[in-house]
Amino acid sequence: MKIVVCIKQVPDTTDVKINPETNTLVREGVESIINPFDMYAIEEGLRLKEKLNGEVIAMTMGPPQAQDALRDAIALGCDEAVLLTDRNFAGSDTWATSYTLARGIRSLKDVDLVICGKQAIDGDTAQVGPGIAQMLDYPCITYVGKVDEIDGEGIKVHRMMEGGYHVIESPLPCVLTVVKEINEPRMPSLRGKMKAKKAEITSWNAADIACELDSIGQMGSPTMVEKIFAPPKREKGVIFKGEPRDTAAKLAGELKDKGIVS
Amino acid sequence: MNEYGFSEDQIMIRDLARQVAQEKVKPVRAELDEKSEFPAEIMKTLAESDLFAIFIPEEYGGLGGGCLELCIATEELSKVCGGVAVSYAATALGAYPILLFGTQEQKKKYLPPIASGEKLAAFGLTEPNAGSDAGGIETTAEKDGDSYIINGNKIFITNGGEADIYTIVAMTNKARGARGASAFILEKGMDGFEFGKEEDKMGIRSSSTRELIFDDCRVPAENLISREGMGFIVAMKTFDNSRPGIGAQAVGIAQGSIDESVSYASQRIQFGQPVSSFQAVRHMIADMATKTEAARNLVYHAARVVDSGVKNVSKISAMSKLFASDVAMEVTTDAVQVFGGYGYMKEYPAEKFMRDAKITQIYEGTNQIQRDVIGLETVKENKVKDK
Amino acid sequence: MSIKIDLDKCSGCGVCINSCPFEAIEIKSREDLNKPHPRFKKLAVINQKCNICGACVDACPMDAINIKKERKKPEVSISEYEGLWVFAEQKEGEVQEVSYELLGKGRELADKRGCLLSSVLLGHNVKEEAQKLIKHGADRVYLIDDPELEHFKDEPYAEVLSYLIEQEKPEMILMGATTIGRAFASRVAAKIDTGLTADCTELDIHPERNLLMQTRPAFGGNIMATIYTEHHRPQMATVRHKVFKPLREDSERKGEIKEVKYPGKLSSRTRIVEIIKDETQQVNLTDADIIVSGGRGLGSPENFKLVEELADILGAAVGSSRAAVDADWIPYSHQVGQTGRTVAPKIYVAVGISGAIQHQVGMRSSDTIIAINKDPNAPIFDIASYGIVGDLFEVVPELIKELKK
Repeated sequence: MKIVVCIKQVPDTTDVKINPETNTLVREGVESIINPFDMYAIEEGLRLKEKLNGEVIAMTMGPPQAQDALRDAIALGCDEAVLLTDRNFAGSDTWATSYTLARGIRSLKDVDLVICGKQAIDGDTAQVGPGIAQMLDYPCITYVGKVDEIDGEGIKVHRMMEGGYHVIESPLPCVLTVVKEINEPRMPSLRGKMKAKKAEITSWNAADIACELDSIGQMGSPTMVEKIFAPPKREKGVIFKGEPRDTAAKLAGELKDKGIVS
Repeated sequence: MNEYGFSEDQIMIRDLARQVAQEKVKPVRAELDEKSEFPAEIMKTLAESDLFAIFIPEEYGGLGGGCLELCIATEELSKVCGGVAVSYAATALGAYPILLFGTQEQKKKYLPPIASGEKLAAFGLTEPNAGSDAGGIETTAEKDGDSYIINGNKIFITNGGEADIYTIVAMTNKARGARGASAFILEKGMDGFEFGKEEDKMGIRSSSTRELIFDDCRVPAENLISREGMGFIVAMKTFDNSRPGIGAQAVGIAQGSIDESVSYASQRIQFGQPVSSFQAVRHMIADMATKTEAARNLVYHAARVVDSGVKNVSKISAMSKLFASDVAMEVTTDAVQVFGGYGYMKEYPAEKFMRDAKITQIYEGTNQIQRDVIGLETVKENKVKDK
Repeated sequence: MSIKIDLDKCSGCGVCINSCPFEAIEIKSREDLNKPHPRFKKLAVINQKCNICGACVDACPMDAINIKKERKKPEVSISEYEGLWVFAEQKEGEVQEVSYELLGKGRELADKRGCLLSSVLLGHNVKEEAQKLIKHGADRVYLIDDPELEHFKDEPYAEVLSYLIEQEKPEMILMGATTIGRAFASRVAAKIDTGLTADCTELDIHPERNLLMQTRPAFGGNIMATIYTEHHRPQMATVRHKVFKPLREDSERKGEIKEVKYPGKLSSRTRIVEIIKDETQQVNLTDADIIVSGGRGLGSPENFKLVEELADILGAAVGSSRAAVDADWIPYSHQVGQTGRTVAPKIYVAVGISGAIQHQVGMRSSDTIIAINKDPNAPIFDIASYGIVGDLFEVVPELIKELKK
């Protein structure tokens, strides 16, 4: 069973902010991490590989430094890693990213399953998983919280919906996007980290995976950014301190006065 | 950052142990402490991360590191929880007799499962009537054909009940006194080997401290370590190698308490300023940091000396344990002080560090015994110099 | 690459470096680069990590950075596309609230644009719902009824909507950013090669360019971005529940219901085997107007009872911080935060939650935030509209008492 896990190296977004006065992005020594949801994707890939005796290939589209994320994936147990990197990939929106990753996966041949994290914490769109599926002409199941059954032919999963679950069956190959509930990611091992240090990472550019130049990067992106700005700041709140009876009464009073509760 | 001149592999070990400590140990340390619960899940995680392999040679399934690697990992775990750290380090303690004195067969049999973390180990010397006076042990091992029959008990054994492999010291020939003890390898489940009282401790409560009871326990002769009569030498050499590890535990506990108390002091506002801006507090923090830094360097140095293969490491090893543990007690006490009233409350982590630190001054040779060792060695060396 | 540093203007001051979230700018010596300047010794150089986000353009005090917006022009004739569509998401035959909310906003946008507002309803035996859509503001409803469309499956739904788009050529399409909507919209946008913006919090029509301007949070809500699709059609956007308001139902309102038959057989490779409802929630977290969340401060799973009691009085859904979920006190479906759900109810009450940034990211757009925590330094108080510093085990029962009055 050949499993591809798509990962993204993202800035640790809790540290990225906008200076509201100058309206410019500020990052205080922002670290690059593997997108948290992708950790669950990697873990699920590894579990399925262990169950079915398969292989897991980690893939990412990014600048050369994204190699670090791939090495972390190898340290966790992924068998191989592929970096899709090219100056012309820069400025991709989700359409161009889906296109590029799909071409990368197609170049691997005979892929049985593609697993992605639900969304990336910088873009927050959740669009690339289904986008890849469409471009590969695979079925796609998003928000997967549990893999019930899998064999060479098909897969059965729990998909998380608002207010419950759908249990869905799909033939392979298909694309899954996973949520946190699905597993508990493992820690890397020292042997894994040593292997990752020496590992050879396959690097492909646009020509290697037969990308049409007008479908990648900025050229291939239908959406454009008009501007970025700081979110509206919340007004400073009212804090009550003192005896619980008094503070509770004061809060309840405020809420009723302002019509927030009846 | 690499101010201590670590190799790339050592940095990898440090970072991984730190990650496990932050992600797996920190969220549960308070609960483990309160319930006095053994960290079985965390031991499994350490095993899967290959952290038990770092002090075992490659030919026995390990990664080939030594004392310094053990200290690095132990220190990182101790920064978050001393109890979890000692459960990890005590396995090394239990493995050392085999590592240092075992036959090829013994090493081949017992070291691989320790390296993989499949089995934990423990070391058993202390008895109700034999603490610092290790020579006063009363557990006997009587030769009977191709086995030994062991009778007696050990108390205060770390990982007692949880470990699968136990290296213990028993008297094979009382008449020969200090040369009458021998070391043996025992396994959980052997007939006549039971566990007794589980202690309810002041600190390191997540570690298991238990009594071992031997009631006509039959142990095959091939489980004898080295030769009859070598028991105390095995024990002393084992401690020489493991004491820097306790030093590392103490350094980690001290550092953890500094990190938490400085964090708190920077946020706690009194008289309109963070408490860390007051000179009295800042000076305390300065002393805590300096002492800990000195202890850390002494521990790493001792570990490097041990790893260098030098024959006599007793003095430096004892120094690292003595100094670091005394520092840990001072620093953690000061850390509670920096927290002020909140430091006394169980909800805040300060008091746990202080409770955990105390044992480092006592076990693996009380600090009084350490001073005996250091004093003796220093005088001996001086005599040699004179010649 | 279409981002260029103007060699004449760049002073090498380096202000741009801090504005770049991708570490894509370096300052180098002009002499080394053989690009001398009469006054300046250094030059900014953009490396491969650049994502052309444009943050540096605004930051540069010398106006020395330029981004040329190059785009492949698709083979669509923009002028042929007309009308605003709202996808009516139905579950078990019932159109979801978010679709009515989008019709409310859609009405405003369509009127501004001067075009028709239509709704697209896919399902099986859902004809009665079509009338409701008209009464909530739609001028026209495209109704496609087929057994394959009874429940959302990505392939038949994408097939049908793509066909409809090809036939009718709408200029803009809005969809709820629900589990279904986000997957559905992504698949369709990829299929027909158009731009899609997720989780919009604001929508507007640009007065001169007549484009749909789509504003949304990024980087976990630390940044807002306004996005548009210039050359591709339709312009697609998904919008979260409870961002916009529905129109009041107008029973007199008349409109056109156009029943469309998909020419061909619809099929799906995936199959829904079972539908399981979550029994642990009375009120759904994403639908809730009021949420009461519990965190590590509760100390044990049993104490969630307090949170549930308070939620009961307020008619609220129960949420949770990551700590409580990781400790197995409550299922993951209740988790609010960066790796859980993002919610924006009218009232969010955080009980015993310290408010680490990863939790804040999931709830800080709530209208009113109320925090109860005994630690006066807890970060949650930085974003709270009201806070009580105190022991939750004493405060919450008192609060319940007060609210019962």
